[in-house]
Amino acid sequence: MNTSADQLKKIEAQEYEDLVNQIKPKTPIVKNCIWAFMVGGLICTLGQVIMNFFSAQGLSKLDAGSATAVVLVFLAALFTGLGWYDVLGKHAGAGSIVPITGFANAIVASAMEFKREGYIFGVGARIFSVAGPTLVFGFAVSVVIGLIKVVFG
Amino acid sequence: MVSHKKSGLQTIKFENPPVLTAWATIVGPKEGEGPWRSDFDWVLGDYEFGEKTWEMAESKLLRETVKLALSKKNYQPQDIELMVSGDLLNQITSSSFAARELQIPFLGMYGACSTMAEALLTAAMAIDGGYFERVVAAVSSHHYTAERQFRFPTEQGTQRSMSSQWTVTGAGAVVLEKGIYGGPRVTCATIGRIVDLGQKDANNMGSAMAPAAADTIKMHLSDTNRPSDYYDLIVTGDLGKVGSALVKQLFVKYGIVPEPNYSDCGVLMFNDTQDVHAGGSGCGCSAAMLCGPLLKKMMQGKIERLLLVATGALMSPTTSFQGESIPGIAHAVALENL
Repeated sequence: MNTSADQLKKIEAQEYEDLVNQIKPKTPIVKNCIWAFMVGGLICTLGQVIMNFFSAQGLSKLDAGSATAVVLVFLAALFTGLGWYDVLGKHAGAGSIVPITGFANAIVASAMEFKREGYIFGVGARIFSVAGPTLVFGFAVSVVIGLIKVVFG
Repeated sequence: MVSHKKSGLQTIKFENPPVLTAWATIVGPKEGEGPWRSDFDWVLGDYEFGEKTWEMAESKLLRETVKLALSKKNYQPQDIELMVSGDLLNQITSSSFAARELQIPFLGMYGACSTMAEALLTAAMAIDGGYFERVVAAVSSHHYTAERQFRFPTEQGTQRSMSSQWTVTGAGAVVLEKGIYGGPRVTCATIGRIVDLGQKDANNMGSAMAPAAADTIKMHLSDTNRPSDYYDLIVTGDLGKVGSALVKQLFVKYGIVPEPNYSDCGVLMFNDTQDVHAGGSGCGCSAAMLCGPLLKKMMQGKIERLLLVATGALMSPTTSFQGESIPGIAHAVALENL
């Protein structure tokens, strides 16, 4: 008795799910991909330009890379503060989230958002609320790679 | 024994239908850019409303809306015996902070976006039950307080899903009184049950709530033995474009044919050009539409019988992250010019 009622419920839920999928607007994947490709590409091109500039100033490749990251993070933080980055992100999606600038945006946006709850329980506690997972799994992967290097290197 | 004030399974009817004697609505800037600007009492110029935080801005929004409604009848807060109010925030702080200033005896409500109907029917019961003669029902929502509680930091560069809705910044307040005055009356109400068809997408709440709306409308019509064209307008709270398309499909399934007198506050609230994707949402959506254009049309006699079916998605960010489905609810309140 119970199981047939459960089954009926399952069927109803599935029927409804099908109806929802039929009706809900489709994500414009092609448009989103083009936007993400263009904006992501532009951010990377900008990074290359900055890196070439630093290299031309005589920095080593490694140092030029670090300096480029610093500049890009600064720019993203600035544009987040000015309220521009979220407008860009709305169109660019992954194109502006995946590069290092997206990481800066996630941290600055959280810091701005939670400033009103104070510097300890607001900014301090919540600043990595969005970027946290990237850090955690970034660290985890680096440990794994480190171990692989120790064992096989 | 079934109470003589109850009709059918879920519907209550009011013996002496309480009258809506005054109402007010204040909305945010974006809502003011929509099609109903002139029907709202006040369109705010910004989202802060002179406060330091959005939370306090929302509370002020609610408080000022209540005051504005009272002022239309020259009432002071102490003239009101009970305030029934709710909002979307954790621990419904917008309401309790507003009640702290107003010093009206206060009952807090949480029905997510269905709270306007829940507050209205509770206030009407308090009056028709003979306990109170003058009650105010009010709700509020604020786009940015809701965003930060339910979604992402506001400056985060995220891409909103096409089925997502835009939380309305707005508050609505209604003064209900024992029926000796003229004006629209609350004649009956249907208390909804939770309907959950397993929808889990928090970015598509219209889909989660549509079955509850259809269920409540179906129960209301069968409890009251009214045909769907009894009402000049059946309006759901905030199903949005996706949810109202779904509810129409469910109407067909249930054999209800409310079109062309069916609409949805979430669809009506904004223009298509305002980039809100599937439409408006939040307690303030149905409240602002009710206390703005809809009651105005009732006063003008363009709508004589209105069924407001406010819809709520009763999930929290925690339950969503834990993978639980979204319980939907809808309460129906019948407003009639008698």
